[in-house]
Amino acid sequence: MAESWTLSGALNRALLDALDDDPRLLVFGQDVGRSGGVFRVTDGLQAKFGAERVFDTPISEAGIAGAAVGLAFAGWRSVIEMQFDAFSYPALEQVIDHVAKMRERTRGRVDMPITIRIPSFGGIKGKEHHGESPETYYVHTAGLKVVVPSSPLDGYRLLRLAIADPDPVVVLEPKARYWGKEEGELTADGPGIGEGRMLREGDSCAIVSYGSIMARVLQAADALAAEGIAARVIDLRSLSPLDDEMLATAARDTGRIVVVHEAPRTLGMGAEVAARVMELAFDFLEAPVERVTGWDVPYPPASLEERYLPSIERISAAVRKVVAY
Amino acid sequence: MQSPEHWGGTEPFRILSADGTPVGDPQVGLGADALRDALRRMIVARRLDRECIALQRQGELTVYPGFEGQEAAQIGSAIALGSEDFVFPTFRELAVAMARGVDAVQYLQYHRGTWHGGPYDPRATRFGPICIPIATQIAHAVGHALGTKLDGGSGVTVAYFGDGSTSEGDFHEAANLAGVWQVPAVLFCQNNGFAISVPTAQQTAGEIWRRAEGYGFPGVRVDGNDLLAVYAVTRDAVARARAGEGPTLIEALTYRIGAHSTADDPGRYRGDDEVEAARSFDPIPRLETWLRAEGHVDDAFVTACAEEADAFALATREGVVATPAPPAEWMFDWTYAEPPGGAWARQREEALGG
Repeated sequence: MAESWTLSGALNRALLDALDDDPRLLVFGQDVGRSGGVFRVTDGLQAKFGAERVFDTPISEAGIAGAAVGLAFAGWRSVIEMQFDAFSYPALEQVIDHVAKMRERTRGRVDMPITIRIPSFGGIKGKEHHGESPETYYVHTAGLKVVVPSSPLDGYRLLRLAIADPDPVVVLEPKARYWGKEEGELTADGPGIGEGRMLREGDSCAIVSYGSIMARVLQAADALAAEGIAARVIDLRSLSPLDDEMLATAARDTGRIVVVHEAPRTLGMGAEVAARVMELAFDFLEAPVERVTGWDVPYPPASLEERYLPSIERISAAVRKVVAY
Repeated sequence: MQSPEHWGGTEPFRILSADGTPVGDPQVGLGADALRDALRRMIVARRLDRECIALQRQGELTVYPGFEGQEAAQIGSAIALGSEDFVFPTFRELAVAMARGVDAVQYLQYHRGTWHGGPYDPRATRFGPICIPIATQIAHAVGHALGTKLDGGSGVTVAYFGDGSTSEGDFHEAANLAGVWQVPAVLFCQNNGFAISVPTAQQTAGEIWRRAEGYGFPGVRVDGNDLLAVYAVTRDAVARARAGEGPTLIEALTYRIGAHSTADDPGRYRGDDEVEAARSFDPIPRLETWLRAEGHVDDAFVTACAEEADAFALATREGVVATPAPPAEWMFDWTYAEPPGGAWARQREEALGG
């Protein structure tokens, strides 16, 4: 019988296997050592690989990212953790000015094999600054790749691919899904960075999403099937580069696209998905692309979280709207 | 004026006074040949710096940040480094770059606007990319030093930065990490009195070298216009780092004779009299006077240095002017080691007319 994995456990295993494979890989950040990380993603790694390769740092996001740049000059590969989405912002200068650009600034002489893990998104009734969707900041920065797993097995795959990638990769980990389970074999084989995954077939419309909210998208698709609407479900999983060929195929096959994300609507991934679909498959569209997103407001307090996050009802309503258009 | 205003407070470590008279032990381990070479490097660097300003005025370089007055701070520290050491500079360390063996024409491609931070090979020259975002390179140096430590290497990593940098969070974060990790690093601050227009007194109410104590490692304040003193404190800091004894913060007091850059008008924030007074602390005549008194250099040597400087400046000018604009492909060639296909590849074709 296949083993059952949580996302936290699968990511932990990805780090363990990567540390095993590459003696020049380091894992560091706040609380990643002795405590094993606030979400236990680095649990046991320091005990196994030692405090020289897996180590706690001061609370110092910019310093952590900057140090990873210097380590890359010295031929080391780093996985760094920003403890929560909003706490990644102090490091933005280092990430945007150097991590993303150093390869270009040195005419390709110095790669930046840096993986930036960021527990992201809401849905856990967290405090403020613990539920944000920072993807647009990173997707908008050339030189970075940005991936978002939505399941344990794909989490393992994407983290292994991110670490192996010679370019810097931001891994946004859906913290609401850390403890969700999936059965199967962990492997890095399968869709790569830059490729989406079709999670469900269907030709009535296509729902495009990623991250935590994928779970609701799948629930909505189940409910819609009972109404006779066969919704294709696409997990983008790689926000940059974006698998626009999969999007174009979905538009050509279904003519109807609904994009779902937690991030605020303006300049969210939905805007890019809509633009790509228009550029590549405008003539096939039977309805305007519909966006189901968080609102253009700060992420709300826990008691209002459900009024902010795309609900099954909002997702289903958008699908019905494009199907009836 | 006894000294530039921002030199107030703790007296810096000094070997040669402003008039070239020894006030400390001038035997710092540099022989006559090395001392002559240091003076020669200072003369050549200043001449090139002035040539660069002329090149900018003539439209051959984009905005250029001069370093006149800071030659001793830069060369005195750079010649204390070995080939295994690594430098992360700001955008004002051309004299350090030259001392590290970076080709001046390649370096100036940055200011020519033909490429970004590292037109030279940073790994081959062990001189990192020119860094504009203030203080960010200090964290790179600390990370690099950590990498060296993990490798069991003997190299020391030096971060150069200015007085203004010490107000940035990245200075604090990097210095703190350097202390916690006890890395083989030297944090070398050239306090030249100004962050563009803002004088050091408005940058910090304290003395920069004293910050080191809070990070748990030594700090030292040195007369940055005294090549012997700069060399001595840097040599000691490098030796400490190499011996596994951790980082050192050096505050080198100097004075930016020129503008922040060719885009700056210092007449808006300081008087010519102040600059003239600061020339009495000029590092080049200070060393030259002492070397003459010691009998190490004479008129013929100084004349030969000036001739070499002229020739070098001219050759560099010719190299810079001959540097063509890069092909548009370069915009795309190095963004990713593994370039995306799809939309990114289509954009590349669109941009390049492919």
